[in-house]
Amino acid sequence: MLRLQIIPHSEVANLTSESKISKVLRIAKNNRIILLEGRLSPEEETLLIERTMSNIDRRFKGIEICSIGDSETRDLVKRIKRGLAQFLLGVGASGMTIIGPASIIKEIKRDPDKIELLTKNVK
Amino acid sequence: MGFFDYLKSILKIFQIKKTVRLGLYGPVNAGKSSLANKISLDWLGEEMSEVSKIPHETREIKVKEKVKIRSSGKELDFNLIDTPGIATKVDYEDFLKYKLSKSEAKKRAKEATQGVIEAIKWLENVDCVLVVLDATENPYDQVNVTIIGNLAARNIPVLIVANKIDLKSANIKRIESAFPQYNVVGVSALKGTNIENFYKELFRTVR
Ligand SMILES: Nc1nc2c(ncn2[C@@H]2O[C@H](COP(=O)(O)OP(=O)(O)OP(=O)(O)O)[C@@H](O)[C@H]2O)c(=O)[nH]1
Ligand SMILES: [Mg+2]
Repeated sequence: MLRLQIIPHSEVANLTSESKISKVLRIAKNNRIILLEGRLSPEEETLLIERTMSNIDRRFKGIEICSIGDSETRDLVKRIKRGLAQFLLGVGASGMTIIGPASIIKEIKRDPDKIELLTKNVK
Repeated sequence: MGFFDYLKSILKIFQIKKTVRLGLYGPVNAGKSSLANKISLDWLGEEMSEVSKIPHETREIKVKEKVKIRSSGKELDFNLIDTPGIATKVDYEDFLKYKLSKSEAKKRAKEATQGVIEAIKWLENVDCVLVVLDATENPYDQVNVTIIGNLAARNIPVLIVANKIDLKSANIKRIESAFPQYNVVGVSALKGTNIENFYKELFRTVR
């Protein structure tokens, strides 16, 4: 059974990066796929990778992550920068981020125009 | 601040300027160590890193100091910093198919996770970065976006190296369209293809 947890922007807007990342990781370690409204900043993304790495053990193998933004630009870095600017200005969130445990998500395939989430056979 | 401290700090600035700390970053298996070896071999006559088809071969930072490179009529000193490949997951079972024993695989996985953390920490210690990508792979991968986004946020100059262009399915265009405001240079670290051009682009990026 796949379990999906949606986190609206309002639920993380006032959190520090550290607690936002802990929250996301806690859910992923609980075998759920997270749909986070908005995107993480580049700093938060690297923090998430660092924390993920130190959490890997017999049961938890890491995560798959993919952030998607506005469709008018294929330019990934521009998207990130815009996301960051919106974050700093506090004008809410655009785009969204999918994060899931690697034990469930085999791969998130992203092309400029579409996203495919490939899951493993979950017992 | 006294006069001598002042003088010291100026000297320090010059020292930092003198040697470019060049980080090789990228996803696992892209060919960072192969490229580091090629550069080191070209200018020092010796290799610096272990290369393997098994992912996470580099699990600790490798530094080669004082690599003097000449290109475009200029000469610059580099410290080459080969880093562990960055990943969002590590599963020891993935190593078993390379005929590693279970305990070797588990040890490698543990070291790999620490290597990723070390690579990220070292972003503090680089002046310029080569983001090495496997040109046969889909560039729209979150790890690539994260690395490049992070370097952009830190204002660190970046040259994207599209490696493995000797392979048929290599696609430089796809990388260029994923990262349009970056210079992308295609090479084969293995065969040495287009390496002169790579040095030219490197010097343009460092400036
Ligand atoms: N065909 C081809 N293979 C390459 C090239 N460069 C590297 N390889 C191969 O790709 C594999 C990985 O190379 P490495 O240099 O170890 O890659 P890396 O990025 O350092 O990998 P990690 O340290 O594990 O992150 C090896 O089997 C290399 O021989 C290239 O230009 N062409
Ligand atoms: Mg390596």
